[in-house]
Amino acid sequence: MAAIVIGITNGAFIALIALGYTLVYGIIELINFAHGDLFMLGTFVCLTTLTLLGFGTEVGVSGTPWWALVIAILAAMIFCGVLNMLAERVAYRRLRRAPRLAPLISAIGVSFIFVNIGLFWQGPTPRRFPDLLPQYDFVSQLFGLHTLVRFTFKDLFVLALAIPLMLGLAWVIRSTRMGKAMRAVAQDSEMALQMGIDVDRVISFTFVLGGVLAGAAALMYGLYNNNTVFTLGFAAGLKAFTAAVLGGIGNVTGAALGGFVLGLLASLTVTYAGGQWENVGVFSLLVIILVFKPTGLLGQALGDRA
Amino acid sequence: MALLEVDGVHTYYGNIEALKGISLTVEQGEIVTLIGSNGAGKTTTLRTIAGVLRPRHGTVRMAERDLTKVPANQIVRMGIAHSPEGRRIFARMSVKENLEMGAYARNDRDLTPDFERVYTLFPRIKERLRQRAGTLSGGEQQMLAIGRALMARPKVLLLDEPSMGLAPVLVELVFKTIQEINVQGMTVLLVEQNAHMALSIAHRGYVLQTGKIVLTDTAPKLAANEMVRKAYLGEE
Ligand SMILES: Nc1ncnc2c1ncn2[C@@H]1O[C@H](COP(=O)(O)OP(=O)(O)O)[C@@H](O)[C@H]1O
Ligand SMILES: [Mg+2]
Repeated sequence: MAAIVIGITNGAFIALIALGYTLVYGIIELINFAHGDLFMLGTFVCLTTLTLLGFGTEVGVSGTPWWALVIAILAAMIFCGVLNMLAERVAYRRLRRAPRLAPLISAIGVSFIFVNIGLFWQGPTPRRFPDLLPQYDFVSQLFGLHTLVRFTFKDLFVLALAIPLMLGLAWVIRSTRMGKAMRAVAQDSEMALQMGIDVDRVISFTFVLGGVLAGAAALMYGLYNNNTVFTLGFAAGLKAFTAAVLGGIGNVTGAALGGFVLGLLASLTVTYAGGQWENVGVFSLLVIILVFKPTGLLGQALGDRA
Repeated sequence: MALLEVDGVHTYYGNIEALKGISLTVEQGEIVTLIGSNGAGKTTTLRTIAGVLRPRHGTVRMAERDLTKVPANQIVRMGIAHSPEGRRIFARMSVKENLEMGAYARNDRDLTPDFERVYTLFPRIKERLRQRAGTLSGGEQQMLAIGRALMARPKVLLLDEPSMGLAPVLVELVFKTIQEINVQGMTVLLVEQNAHMALSIAHRGYVLQTGKIVLTDTAPKLAANEMVRKAYLGEE
């Protein structure tokens, strides 16, 4: 039971990161290898911002500095959105008509660059992320039940941010002019061009969206897990990518669903088999999906209503 | 001056010269047809006009304006809309959204009269607005592709093989509708392998053979031409 709550909460970060993979894949069929590392840099932006605001080393503060958290999340969202957009401009745009392998290799290069920026920025050892949220467990403190199951303020915080973000994304894709343009580009970019859509701008916007979600996930991750490290992007990226494939890469609803399923799976693996099996479980799942159902649970369909 | 002018256009796919110096004109209010057998370069001509292919030599002018330097996503704003070969509707969007995409480039946002016009021309489209476009039948998809192009309120409509793959009744219906759109004032450049139908509604025509225009005349004279009758109308 405890594993389920942790799994759902972790599923929320994974889903947000998975959405970045799936949005980009849906629109230019690129597996953006650097996306997990972008998320890692997002946690560093949050850490640096909180440190600059004077909350870098706080442990269990009495009052949560909400204003600082708002600044940190906005900083990470903007940073990741802009950086992702720049990466597309510099590293992928020219290769759009090249063979599929070329942008993929370029993405791996960008991943290396991000990892090394991370290493240079916060050093090689794991960094503590300030613990700024109220230490409140609804199960024991509100309902007076003393069990192993905890649904803490942190869980609530993550879900209360992640779910509206996902619904917001669904709305953008379904109902806005830009969202419709995104779906048109995803389905037939040449026809989209003939409708008068500025395809380059739509692709830039898609990278910004993916980055913004990764930036938001970064603050949530930091506050929930209270640590970060420059290699974080690999594990996070692996899980999120698996989640995106599980849901059907390119399918937005699928990525969100896949995130939660994967979060649960990872957390159950850790609880019942041990932490060392977590990545094994995730990798095995990835291989199994790719072998038996490469289109994932819901198939590829950015064009679907969200 | 002609509304649309293609002047000495050479278009290549890599090293392959698909258009070897094409010139044609379309006057305001005309239906002009481009006929020719498979692989002659009809689609390539339309795609060059639509800006998705760039000619290596020659120019395309719309209302005297050189289009060869206009970005592809601005062509529709110059008054050219394209219903391409194979329809290429957005299969995973709704029928309504497909029509909205057709009007994407327009600045005036009141689309009601345009939707109404499409519904009047194609009543079957109206019944299927909420459906995913990919679930439409071939004929309905063709109507949607034409409707989507009309939503841009173009000055010239480029139609690439609207009869392809349709049952004879539907072919009749589609051609009648094209004629109706033209009577309402739309200029049409119609590409067809079905030369018989195309010549029956067009004012003038061009015959394309392996990237070159070999013949041009009024539609009735082309329909009576010996070479055309043998090669494209299936007569001995
Ligand atoms: N994408 C392409 N790449 C290479 N060659 C092409 C391509 N599209 C068409 N062609 C060639 O260009 C010539 C003209 O083709 P097309 O314009 O499609 O003819 P049509 O529409 O009259 O059937 C053909 O020889 C065809 O093989
Ligand atoms: Mg053709």
